[in-house]
Amino acid sequence: MTQDSIVRRITDFANRADPYPVYRELRRTPVLHEEEGGPYVISSYWDIEALLHDPRISSDAANLAAAGDDTLLQSEETGGLPPSFLRLDPPEHDRLRRMANSAFGPPHRPRRIDGMRGELREIVTGLIDGFGEAREVDLVDQFAYPFPVTVICRLLGVPREDEPRFRAWVDPLVASLDPETRREADEEFAKTAREARMQLGMYLAGLAEERAKEPRDDVLSDLVNGHGPDGAMTMMEVLSTSILLLIAGHETTVNLITNGMLTLLRHPDVLERLRHEPDLAPRLVEELLRYEPPVQLVPQRTCVTDIEVRGVTIPKGSRIWLVLAAGNRDPERFADPERFDPDREDIQHLGFGSGIHICFGAPLARLETQIALTELARRLENPRLVQDPPPYRENAVLRGPRHLGIAFDGIRP
Amino acid sequence: MATEHMDRFRREGRIAIVGASLAGLRAAETLRAEGFTGELTLIGDEPYEPYDRPPLSKSVLLGRADPHRTELPRRREIDAKWRLGVAATGLDLTAGRVRLADGDEVEYDRLLIATGVRARPWPKEPEARLDGVFLLRTRDDAAGLYQRLRAGPRRVFVIGAGFAGCEVASACREQGIPVTVAERAGAPLVGALGGVIGGVAADLMREHGVDLRTRVTVTALEGDGAGRVRAVHLSDESVVEADVVVVSLGSVRNTEWLDGSGLGAGPRGIACDAGCRAFDFRGIITDDVFVAGDVARSPHALFGYQFLSLEHWGNAVAQAETAAHNMICDGADRRPHLWMPAFWSSQFGVNIKSVGVPPMGEELMITQGSTAERRFVGVYGHKGRVVAAVSFDDTRWLEFYRRAIERGEPFPVEYPTLDRRPENRRPVPADFPDPSLPTHGPMVTLSGYSPADTQLVFHPARH
Amino acid sequence: MRLVVDLNKCQGYAQCAFLAPDVFAMHGEESLVYDPQPDHEQRERLARAVAACPVQAITADGVDGHGASRGQEAPHGH
Repeated sequence: MTQDSIVRRITDFANRADPYPVYRELRRTPVLHEEEGGPYVISSYWDIEALLHDPRISSDAANLAAAGDDTLLQSEETGGLPPSFLRLDPPEHDRLRRMANSAFGPPHRPRRIDGMRGELREIVTGLIDGFGEAREVDLVDQFAYPFPVTVICRLLGVPREDEPRFRAWVDPLVASLDPETRREADEEFAKTAREARMQLGMYLAGLAEERAKEPRDDVLSDLVNGHGPDGAMTMMEVLSTSILLLIAGHETTVNLITNGMLTLLRHPDVLERLRHEPDLAPRLVEELLRYEPPVQLVPQRTCVTDIEVRGVTIPKGSRIWLVLAAGNRDPERFADPERFDPDREDIQHLGFGSGIHICFGAPLARLETQIALTELARRLENPRLVQDPPPYRENAVLRGPRHLGIAFDGIRP
Repeated sequence: MATEHMDRFRREGRIAIVGASLAGLRAAETLRAEGFTGELTLIGDEPYEPYDRPPLSKSVLLGRADPHRTELPRRREIDAKWRLGVAATGLDLTAGRVRLADGDEVEYDRLLIATGVRARPWPKEPEARLDGVFLLRTRDDAAGLYQRLRAGPRRVFVIGAGFAGCEVASACREQGIPVTVAERAGAPLVGALGGVIGGVAADLMREHGVDLRTRVTVTALEGDGAGRVRAVHLSDESVVEADVVVVSLGSVRNTEWLDGSGLGAGPRGIACDAGCRAFDFRGIITDDVFVAGDVARSPHALFGYQFLSLEHWGNAVAQAETAAHNMICDGADRRPHLWMPAFWSSQFGVNIKSVGVPPMGEELMITQGSTAERRFVGVYGHKGRVVAAVSFDDTRWLEFYRRAIERGEPFPVEYPTLDRRPENRRPVPADFPDPSLPTHGPMVTLSGYSPADTQLVFHPARH
Repeated sequence: MRLVVDLNKCQGYAQCAFLAPDVFAMHGEESLVYDPQPDHEQRERLARAVAACPVQAITADGVDGHGASRGQEAPHGH
């Protein structure tokens, strides 16, 4: 790849704070293929939408293995566990996802998420109260990270006191998803990630066994004991699914909340509106998912046969990147796409993907972000950014600030 | 100029809409949304504001929705004169007047007919009048039937295994009510989806405890001394005791009020062009009478220009929007009604959806999943093209097949797809009872990557 | 409040059933049933459900005060 390569610029950390000019350029070539063995990069809304519903497109890690190494590919299959449904195709994907869902939402557990609303508010209130006398905080470390971690732990049934141990395992795992880190990673790093995954697995296995003996009202108990039409998961499947929920469940929400507050602080009029008009939150969060999606692109797809997109033939087995964040700002789809507009009527974004792999935790992430942003807007007096742009994480896929310094004059009760 | 005339019409013209259900309401909203500020009158024979019908055979019968509370939401204010509870009884095309049952008349400059269909009644009137015999089309029908189901009948008998009949049977079984379904064809849903898929539906029904009887007809409904239905007699000489009978024999188009009006209206509906303008009985297009919804028959470019009559919810919405748009603009600004046929049904916990026109297909291939697992996508082919697809609990893939239909992609489907089973490599006859196949003709496809650049492409026939 | 779901568009993502479980329910894995006229106390939950629908298939009125409905057709399909 040359220095000018767009693919290179997408992953280039220098563009992390504002990747959108690169995406604009990318959309000029709707099917971008820069070099032999490189990915086919899809960036227009309608093409991404079509491919997310195309039964010739596979998410199966095994189909991709033939395509060789990829800078953005996740090494999820390490640690001896089977791949989670994120990296499987039907019918296996459908079966596992159905079983996971039967512990999480409708039709079997329709009130699981709705029933957490009060708890979500309490956690948020506690975290903001925890800012204490400080008039400057790091929103990531003090709010956006601990909030979803706490939520996902309670949802799964992980005791609160075990959370610090969790974080120690989850951090290297998440880092291992990052292309930049992986490129520079040595064997030592890969080993740490593998071990973290293993230890997390062992911890969860212990917990799962407890829940098998003595079920409680939590997701882990439901996963282990099974009550949907597909029965119960095997222990390996329970572990793989739990780890997926853990990682996906907070890494993406951290970014959504942080991106949300950053966007609001850059649009003080909207922030002020939200303060007086909490009903705005649901639509605001949808627009946020369009404007600053926490998952920027889907890198792990391939085609099981030659397919044609806009006259370009993508050969069987090629790697395909679906750049959701570019599609979300496609002017062929959205009027005035570079503008953050919570009043947008037409907001069918790709922020959570679409099709059978649509974000599993979407309803939880929505509720968490709505509550978090509403409360931050309501309680912080005169909040402002300490540094713009803030420092970013390495990760080009799960993109978000590493820290978000916010100063304010006080905290309303 | 024409535009000046049109501007004036948009400002102060008079539009009457006959039919105050889904199509009528959405047309009225579209007229206002697109700037029509003249006089708007909505005429409906039922005394209710526009309400939604699909829930009547699903949520309502399950007790999850009140039959009297399914009014449709309003997308905007429509500032219309409502004439509800009074049927239109005649039309004077020359004078531009609709006659009403109460003797009133409504004058119009342009008219939209959206009178829809009604349930086909049981043909023997004395039997149809027996207490316990129901049709299911209106909310009053649904309210009555729901009340009867709540009372715990000994057995419900459903005549006809189309979608509505199957949905009624499903609602009964879910409430533990014994139910018998009689169908003239070899399986349920045969007319809509063919015998192969019908067979899957039959298995599904029987698994849920429905007493399904195929290749039989009902010869008589028997009442007791008090005028209540007590048994159903079948063509195979059997007799089934039942205290509720649901007649589900399809629908009749509400066109009788147009008899003698000079419009091309009859039992098959009202023929109109792709711009929703009605034909008169000579086959000449009118330019002030438009048609939308279940009562319309219009040519569809993608399906050999056949006149399709689509009793689909989505068609009513789309055609109403197109008709309304075309009513208040001229010439090149008008749009063709190019809606891709689509419908859904929910029965026995399974979501059945379809795109395209399955009965056009003579062959079928299961391209994803498996019929045995009740989770699959099937594709219908006609003369080497994909013309329709059906899914059972697999709807997220369907839009891929919609595009395949739009683009006239080849059938059989040779390429591999996720979860394609080896036993489904070859097409099988779709097994429709009466294949009325269209003749050879030109082919039309849609192209483009987004709705904004979608275009019709005409491919002349090869000779 | 009145609502209708375009079940041709609906792909069973169940966001509405998660967010407003007293208004929307999944019937099986993919079918949706709903109450077309929920009580006013469901207003806030209904608003969340309407906004969250990934295919914008829910049309409701009376949800956000000024009577306008949301969840209108995106330029999608035909």
